[in-house]
Amino acid sequence: MAEIQNKEVTKEQSMIIQKEMVSGLFKDLATAKDTGKKVVYTFIPGNLSELIRAFDMLPVYPEINALQSGMRKKSSGYIKEAEKYGHSEDVCTYVKCDIGMMLNGNIGPTGEKLPNPDLLLLSYTGCFTFMKWFENLGRLYPGVPVAMIHTPYQENGRITAEMTEYMVKQLKEEVIPKMEKISGKKLDEEKLKEILRNSAKAEDLIVKIFDSTKHRPSPIDAYFAGVYYIGPINIGFRGAPEAVKYYEALYKEIQIRIENGQGPITPEGEMKEEKFRLVVEGPPNWTSFREFWKLFYDKGAVIVASSYTKVGGVYDLGFRHNPDNPLESLSEYCMTCYTNLNLPQRIALLEKCIRDYAADGYLTNSIKSCNSFSAGQLMMMRDLEERLEIPVGFIESDLVDPRYFSYSNIKNRLESFFQMLEQRLLINESVLN
Amino acid sequence: MGALDTVINQCKEWAFDLNFTRAKKWKSEEEGRILAGYLPIYFPREIVHAADGLAVGIMGTGDRKQVIKGDAYFQSYICRMPRGIIELALDNNLDDFDGFIFPSICDVIRNLSGMFRILDKGTFVKYLDFPQNFQSHIGGSFYRKEMQHIIDLMCEINGITVTPERLNHSISLFNKNRQMLEHIYDIRQEYPWRLSIVDVYHIIRAGLVIPVEAHNDLLEVICREIEKDTGEPQDRVRVVVSGSFCEQPPIGLIKSIEMAGCYVIDDDFMLGSRWIQGDVDATSGDPLRALSEAYLSQSPFSSSVYDVDNPKEERLAALVRKRNADGVIFAAPSFCDPALLDGPNLQKGCEARNIRYISFQYAENTGQFKVIKEQVGAFSDSIKLWEDEPAEV
Repeated sequence: MAEIQNKEVTKEQSMIIQKEMVSGLFKDLATAKDTGKKVVYTFIPGNLSELIRAFDMLPVYPEINALQSGMRKKSSGYIKEAEKYGHSEDVCTYVKCDIGMMLNGNIGPTGEKLPNPDLLLLSYTGCFTFMKWFENLGRLYPGVPVAMIHTPYQENGRITAEMTEYMVKQLKEEVIPKMEKISGKKLDEEKLKEILRNSAKAEDLIVKIFDSTKHRPSPIDAYFAGVYYIGPINIGFRGAPEAVKYYEALYKEIQIRIENGQGPITPEGEMKEEKFRLVVEGPPNWTSFREFWKLFYDKGAVIVASSYTKVGGVYDLGFRHNPDNPLESLSEYCMTCYTNLNLPQRIALLEKCIRDYAADGYLTNSIKSCNSFSAGQLMMMRDLEERLEIPVGFIESDLVDPRYFSYSNIKNRLESFFQMLEQRLLINESVLN
Repeated sequence: MGALDTVINQCKEWAFDLNFTRAKKWKSEEEGRILAGYLPIYFPREIVHAADGLAVGIMGTGDRKQVIKGDAYFQSYICRMPRGIIELALDNNLDDFDGFIFPSICDVIRNLSGMFRILDKGTFVKYLDFPQNFQSHIGGSFYRKEMQHIIDLMCEINGITVTPERLNHSISLFNKNRQMLEHIYDIRQEYPWRLSIVDVYHIIRAGLVIPVEAHNDLLEVICREIEKDTGEPQDRVRVVVSGSFCEQPPIGLIKSIEMAGCYVIDDDFMLGSRWIQGDVDATSGDPLRALSEAYLSQSPFSSSVYDVDNPKEERLAALVRKRNADGVIFAAPSFCDPALLDGPNLQKGCEARNIRYISFQYAENTGQFKVIKEQVGAFSDSIKLWEDEPAEV
């Protein structure tokens, strides 16, 4: 396994802000039962952060706990615990990691016990397994109310009036009443509108940030570093003034990097030479995240766009939360999340990324656990290869089950892919000359 | 050969005809007829029938077709069924179909709908998003519009307007179909030796690929024949099979369960055919509403249906009680998230109620049944040996 040099990366202002935000949230969660704040467990895709914030509730994201457990090398034990409980080896490891963590005392990423939920807010968006996950949690937390919002799939590649109407009715009659009952507060519409205004500002900024990869060298990595950038907007801070402040600071830092002609920051410092520009489809592996990333930056490969950073919302096609139509806008948000798009829509979006960010190659990281992403990926890859005549690569791993991360296998496949890219670049250069 | 054997043999032939010869012949007999393929689990076939169409169940290729191209479309950790379906599409077995309906059941089937769009198969591809909200004015209203969308898609092909009269007529035919299927299960509950579960399987599966009128004719013969006192009871335990609602177990596996000492007295093999429990109102002025209401309030428990307010372990226990079963066999396809994620809850539900169970996984092309047969045999023996300890259901 590759050794990562433990160089201390200079913390930029945005990193400090993000760290403060996240540790503040976990501190609030640790003291929630004392402060009387109500806790909502919910999911990233289709997250209703603005509503949760409007009711002064605190969000817990089981996927985040699972990926943190993966990064902290704890997921393996949790998964085994869930398998002992009866879960099959074949099913989603996020679910098993979360259930295992819960069975082990629900100790969160900071080492403190996470509070039990007051509400399970099931945003059934783009992933069937979410529903099964919360059916399981419903049994593990008996008596805790579950509010379900079913997000219709964009099967036809568009959002119809019927779909929006269905969602708005669910928000009005199922979700909001349960939140009102649990929080003991009526929904303050003006407060919600103000939160939505902030969301739109943060969304404007995040689009500009990910658009910065148009520059050469790209000032950021839109996959490995991208997962940190989407953190605040995805884990409950969308709509918070701190999120706007964070993205403003991050955007400024990126602007400076562009002016200085600097490449992305990696765990081992700045990437000096940009050799390959890639678009990546699929979530990353979390259990060997740094080793995985190193396989790319060691070869001068930078990710200029990724589908995974759109899993909590696709903002680059124009969607913004709209304070003038709060519930319609929340509904539209849910329906436009990446995994709620049909396959032709996903291909079109990836094609746009490949063209807009002048990618040299397209890589699929196929995740064993995640059928929502994985089913159809091979066909998408073939389609993009034929359409754009772009070199494509394919690797397999898993979210948080280390048994499915084979370092040497992935390294071999990536090296072949990089060789192919190198040859293609040489051919292109000779044609130009 | 008796009437029953004749019918069963005919059903066997149709059930696994992956060229869908009977359905294509039906279409060719009259201009304007539509073939709409649908995937598991449930689809309201009445709306296709009312539009002069035939809804044809596409349940995978099982162990009847070698899948070569299909494997190139899916990673090793995705279930078997969609591979066979892609193979059918690429081998032109589905060429006469006008459209394809993918009911919401899991992410794989959902994404398969997108693959069919990319392959440009049929005039329409529809992912049918069943509501997970069960209130009539919310989920019901959405579902009615989903059904209307399919009707509109068919109308664009053959110009047929689905009137309430046409739809009520279709509903009444499918009501009859469901009544007779239920009757077969009721008879088998008392006299399971009169018709093997393998025969039941062929009979129901044949009904997915032929017109409902023809299937009803066959079912009438079967219902009549199994009223007769035939066969001899054997020393077998009575089991419910659960978890096989989408990718189908191979016939060899179903046969192995019986041969290992079990009567399968209920199952979810082709749950869609028996989905609506009881009749759908066939007399209303708004039959789409009637279909919708039936879905909302007369559906069985299923891994594809949100269950927090109606836990499925309780409903499984109720089924065990209703069928007077000795135990449950959980047989789920490998990599089937819906069935496998329900497994622990259903099994803990059985434990809490002292219902005996075993579980195993299969694939539609599983070819070796020895281990499963031994496992089921041991399960059956254990129930017989300790049958004096009744299940507290």
